[in-house]
Amino acid sequence: MKKIKCECGHVNPEGTVLCEACGKPIEGNQHIDGNDKKKLLNMRYDGSARRSQTYNKSIIDKTWNFFSSVKVGVWLIVITLIASAVGTIFPQQQYIPSDAISRDPAIFYEDRYGILGKIYYQLGFHDLFGSWWYMLLVAMIGVSLVICSIDRFVPLYKALKIQKAKRHETFLNRQRLFSETEQVSPEDIEKVKNRLKKQRYNVRDEDGYILAEKGRFSRWGPYVNHIGLIIILLAALLRFTPILFMDEYVWVREGEQIVIPGTHGEYYIENKKFTLETYDADDEKFKAAIEKQGGMIPSNFQTDAIIYKDNNADVPGAEPDLEKIIESDIRMNQPLKFDGYTLYQAGYQENEFTSMSFIIHETDDADEQKLDEFSISLTEPKAEYELENGFRVKVEEYFPDYVFQDGEPASQTNYPRNPAFVLLIYPPESDTPEVSFIGIGKNIDATGENKYKVSIQDFSMHNVSGLTVKRDYTLPFFIFGAAIFMIGVIQGMYWQHRRIWVNPKGDGLLVAAHTNKNWFGVKKDIEKAIEGTNINMVVDQQELEE
Amino acid sequence: MGDLLGLSSTMLYVAFVLYIIATAFFGATIKDKGKGNKKSLSGKIGITLTLIGFLAQIVYFITRWIASGHAPVSNMFEFMTFFGMAMVLAFIVLYFIYRLSIIGLFALPVAIIVIAYASMFPREISPLVPSLQSHWLYIHVTTVALGEGLLAISFVTGLAYLIKKIDQTVRSKRTTWLEIVLYSLILFVGFSVISVTFSIMNYEATFEYPVDNKTLTSTYTLPPIAGPTDGELLTSDAMTPLFEAPAWMHGADAGKKLNTIIWSFITGSIIYLLLRLILRKRLGAALQPLLKRSKLDLLDEITYRSVAIGFPVFTLGGLIFAAIWAQIAWDRFWGWDPKEVWALVTWFFYAAFLHLRLSRGWHGEKSAWLAVGGFAIIMFNLIAVNLILAGLHSYA
Repeated sequence: MKKIKCECGHVNPEGTVLCEACGKPIEGNQHIDGNDKKKLLNMRYDGSARRSQTYNKSIIDKTWNFFSSVKVGVWLIVITLIASAVGTIFPQQQYIPSDAISRDPAIFYEDRYGILGKIYYQLGFHDLFGSWWYMLLVAMIGVSLVICSIDRFVPLYKALKIQKAKRHETFLNRQRLFSETEQVSPEDIEKVKNRLKKQRYNVRDEDGYILAEKGRFSRWGPYVNHIGLIIILLAALLRFTPILFMDEYVWVREGEQIVIPGTHGEYYIENKKFTLETYDADDEKFKAAIEKQGGMIPSNFQTDAIIYKDNNADVPGAEPDLEKIIESDIRMNQPLKFDGYTLYQAGYQENEFTSMSFIIHETDDADEQKLDEFSISLTEPKAEYELENGFRVKVEEYFPDYVFQDGEPASQTNYPRNPAFVLLIYPPESDTPEVSFIGIGKNIDATGENKYKVSIQDFSMHNVSGLTVKRDYTLPFFIFGAAIFMIGVIQGMYWQHRRIWVNPKGDGLLVAAHTNKNWFGVKKDIEKAIEGTNINMVVDQQELEE
Repeated sequence: MGDLLGLSSTMLYVAFVLYIIATAFFGATIKDKGKGNKKSLSGKIGITLTLIGFLAQIVYFITRWIASGHAPVSNMFEFMTFFGMAMVLAFIVLYFIYRLSIIGLFALPVAIIVIAYASMFPREISPLVPSLQSHWLYIHVTTVALGEGLLAISFVTGLAYLIKKIDQTVRSKRTTWLEIVLYSLILFVGFSVISVTFSIMNYEATFEYPVDNKTLTSTYTLPPIAGPTDGELLTSDAMTPLFEAPAWMHGADAGKKLNTIIWSFITGSIIYLLLRLILRKRLGAALQPLLKRSKLDLLDEITYRSVAIGFPVFTLGGLIFAAIWAQIAWDRFWGWDPKEVWALVTWFFYAAFLHLRLSRGWHGEKSAWLAVGGFAIIMFNLIAVNLILAGLHSYA
């Protein structure tokens, strides 16, 4: 590395634009920050030597320079911004509404949005935020954050640490705020010093050369907030590990006790009751709004649950030994937490059929005199039922959620919401069955020759709770990252780094000032400091240029 | 209870009127002689009226809170009203930093337009659905509104900067874009004017139309230019629609929304053309003299300052608090819901704004255009995302 020695005696690293100690522009490097074409010095990183501005030979140099460019960073942000907006034109695949013709994206997009929808799907925009190229964009932003920060933070930190109160004259008169006064009395200088101290400036006096500085820590704000963002991006990576992040969904019927998925058989849940409450339509307060929305505004979704722990979970093949650990309700906005797991009230299904009971009677019998009876559990239907009075019933086909589709009977879902059966009825002492099709409001005799008829006698129903099961150890990382980001942003945005140089020149005085933002503020500070002295007020040389 | 709600509405009305009067006083400061607005009497009256108006709006907020039992930020009317209030608060804060009356002359009208727009949505007190029953509702929504209010001030000063800066003697791309910005603001006025007009006339036309094998009804409060897809008019004396909303505009009330947008454009355009006819020059040119005495670099400074203050507040409310609540209510802190994505888009945009300004020296006019663009994104998120891209946040 070629070091550069300044006339003040300080040795600067290669690529330095302004001497770290005295600020004198270093010959031959002025093009780097564009100082050669302008009167005012570019003070962005105090003229320190940045790697990206110094080396450009190897591939590493070039990659480094690419990612350390703010221009590239902003382009990455803009491209990601546009891509994100595109991702909201049509719903993402996870938001395909449940009432859609099909939840299969290959069908849904074209069906609902026509040719544009088809193109949207074919370009993969239905899962834009999970696409490799979107993740690549975000990753590139992450790399850019790291490299930008290192490239600038290290030299800037050094330059601000090394800086001397005595500055080269060209450094001072090429600052945006500058003034020169021919004659100044030592008392006036003392006055200015004290007033700057009073304004909470950190005042350094080195042999009569004065540097008043304030809020230097705000310069680190950008780097701190970038660290916060990097922590957030790393936390997102942690989510790909199953140990740290687990996400499952479970349906539990009322009265059912099942193992909670994702807990390796360690925990069980029992659903005591699911409740859906709605606002009272006669309520004085909300009457008008409820009427306008067509009634039925839900006020509460709630599952009363009991959580059990299986003490035999580690013993292979052992019967579960359940110990009740929590009995609580799970409501929206009030999830239930236990041992690192969280259960959320996420969905419900009302009025599923639990069981149905039937009677068999003679087809011609108007009184429907019961010959035999049976009942089918809809959650666990048996293949065959032997009845008391000699009948046999075989369940030939079972449609839990019956629809008539494309000319054939079918089941929309596996949930018993609209059960229907094809039953084979064997009369006593007979091996030739009669075929009956029966469901809610349907009772069809396909042949028209059946001697016996099956009728629904009764049924019982239940509700089902849909619960999300989560275990997420990455959350603290996100919270930590977000907190660091906020601290950094506030540090950088709500404070400013102000420096005022007061350097003697003969009998006179040079005053210059720099701030990274809010020039009005620093001008006001100087005005207050020099009030009543004959020191000239600084002139905004940028305004003059314009 | 009824009385409390009545008082609440009255106070909002009072605030609204006071803001209008205050604007007039801020306008009067332009003609004040002497230098600096600091000592001008009309400026003092203006800010006093703004403060009283703001207090009145706080009374509206508190009384409505008591009447409904939850903070009034739960539907489109309440949220937009609160956003207007946050803008006024942001203006007051920046006024006391910079003592610049001209901000009031531009900020208050924008707040007035927002509040007027808000009152066109249903104003009944509505109950909270389970997903909204959380203290995070107040924390999240109030911080977002405040952040967006501050960012809105950057739009206002950015706009003022452009009006002053852009050369109006010749027609150029810049004058055209400025006119488009002003015209867009007038569209909101158009929406309010036409809605008030027909609501005074008690206009109603009801349609029945199919959506996904269901039959829905939609009640138009503006004469139907665009009817619902395959809709059937039930009201006998209403006009028949000139055309039907295209089928790809899906969902409940799609036709009604399209119809409202068409009416806003018609009315807004008429108002704009009338103004052009009366003024006989571009609106930008007509407004330019108002800014004769303002300093460009001060306007630029305020634009930047309000972004610098508003950006962290927005990040906190719009992304961090939002994520915490989403984690509690929907079991995931981020789900790529359109509203979330547009909050991210807004955040990206202002992040780019700050980088361009701090690292690439985009000051002055470039910054001003960006501030205008940022506000457009915020309004898109508040209005279009709710009404068109409706996801989990769909309000009105």
